Amino acid sequence: MSDMGSAAGGEVVLVLVEQHDGTPRGSALELLTAARALGTVHAVWLGEVSDAAVARLGAYGAVAVHVVGMPTPEASLPPAVAAVLAGLIDETGASTVLVASTFENKELAARLALATGAGLVVDASAVQRGPDGRVVTTQAAFAASWTLRGEVTVARAVVALKPNAVHADPVATPVVPPVITHDAAALFDGAAADARVRVVERTPRPESSRPDLGEAQVVVVGGRGVEGDFSPVEDLADALGGAVGATRVATDEGWISHETQVGQTGVTISPRLYIGAGVSGAVHHRGGMQASEVIVAVNNDVDAPIFEFADFGVVGDLFTVLPQAAAEIRRLKAQG
Amino acid sequence: MRIVVCVKHVPDLQAERSFTADGRVDRSQGDGTLSELDEHAVEAALVLTETLGGEVTVVTVGPADAEDAVRRGLQMGAQHAVHVIDDAIAGSDVFGTALVLAAAIRRLGADGGVDLVITGMAALDGLMSVLPSLLAAHLDLPQATLAAELTVADGVVRVRRDLDHVTEVLEAPLPAVVSVTDQANEPRYPNFKGIMAARKTPVTAWSLADLGIDPAAVGDAGARTRVLEATPRPVREDRVLITDDGEAGLRLAAYLAENRLLG
Repeated sequence: MSDMGSAAGGEVVLVLVEQHDGTPRGSALELLTAARALGTVHAVWLGEVSDAAVARLGAYGAVAVHVVGMPTPEASLPPAVAAVLAGLIDETGASTVLVASTFENKELAARLALATGAGLVVDASAVQRGPDGRVVTTQAAFAASWTLRGEVTVARAVVALKPNAVHADPVATPVVPPVITHDAAALFDGAAADARVRVVERTPRPESSRPDLGEAQVVVVGGRGVEGDFSPVEDLADALGGAVGATRVATDEGWISHETQVGQTGVTISPRLYIGAGVSGAVHHRGGMQASEVIVAVNNDVDAPIFEFADFGVVGDLFTVLPQAAAEIRRLKAQG
Repeated sequence: MRIVVCVKHVPDLQAERSFTADGRVDRSQGDGTLSELDEHAVEAALVLTETLGGEVTVVTVGPADAEDAVRRGLQMGAQHAVHVIDDAIAGSDVFGTALVLAAAIRRLGADGGVDLVITGMAALDGLMSVLPSLLAAHLDLPQATLAAELTVADGVVRVRRDLDHVTEVLEAPLPAVVSVTDQANEPRYPNFKGIMAARKTPVTAWSLADLGIDPAAVGDAGARTRVLEATPRPVREDRVLITDDGEAGLRLAAYLAENRLLG
């Protein structure tokens, strides 16, 4: 494999591409960008791929795209995908694998690391190579109240990188990468890769017109204080082009669907801007959002713990503050 | 049916948590507790054995005070408890922990078989969520993780789970490894009877030697990652707190504009 101008030389880095409706997700472009600093980037695409998708992967630095057919719903379960990636490591000699840090990907990353003797890092917020070529990562711990920097001490690394950790940047001189088609069955022994589990149902949830919660640059979250009415939260999110999130209380009350829950047992977010409306800032919620770059809080309780770590806090009624802010934001944006 | 629940003792979430100079979780400060998410796993096991018959064994790995985690499991109603304790385990990463737990489950299975292994969705200190998957790999069992709903019938476990973009229903034949989320149930509080019964139940202690594990495979020696540096997050500078005087929304918009956050 030629160097292709990569800073880190010939080491192959496999990037598992997340996709939606045949298009790479934003998180995938971030992974490709991060991977360029680690070596020669090979994208891994599961299922059918379009020319447009291949070109887009090339635009962000992939020099090859491995396309693996997904013949059955079971083929995309984590143990099977781990087996596919292990096969591709054998074939490409890749030293490093990057995946987006989702629950499923963390599972497959762990299985892959176990099978290949690689070091594993999940929920990383940065990944580089150290001076000696080892993979060095940064991750948040204890509700983002601590930052850990660590290194993988063995030759092979599997890293799950959080969305928004890296700014996706296209390469200056993209190439259309060659597509290498693989038969999933040839990469792994179907029986070994958990033929015992059956997917009885798989229902994609309708994706809202708003950005994906886990990947959004701006997230507006409603808590107990919205008292069942998310409309001011949604309106402010729309003014900012952001996603809508919720606390556990709000989802448990049935005010909004469970998938919007931000926290240690829900979605972990690290947007550029977090706005909490009527959110108290309890520790379980904090664990899912404290890595946000800028934190804004609107709450009528001056003693709410969220004010202890908010960059900009407003003690006031969210039902008047949010609409006023949304209108002003629209006015400012219209001015350019 | 025979169910093994893996539980973990973690530093109390509400307490100040920190790392030691060499990058390990500081377990010296105050009280630890059974990871809250593991209570959902114990509850799921108890409900299954209450309806289908059988017994629940709670298992943990860790230093002396980790016994509190299995004690809590006994108080909730589990019948047996195992604590794997060995100085060589200190510093183990999740791979070391999985190796030890898998060996303990295998040993439990040696006399009569284990039908189901249940864990919580994540440990509240590390939040990696990968242990159940590693256990399934070690034990060569099917995995059905992150169950928001869990049922067992006719030797098959059925799980409904909500992932980032899809909802799935999975089925796997027993024996299997499952993990449950905090949506799966509402864990019971131990009652007086449970607390009294737990006092009388011995906790079986196993060492690495009891499980036939080479100490070099776990602990610091077995880890493939190393913490270089652990730093507390700096206190945010320039924090602003205002009280709404009728114009707070405008000031918020201005703050976002100044910081180029208007999207």
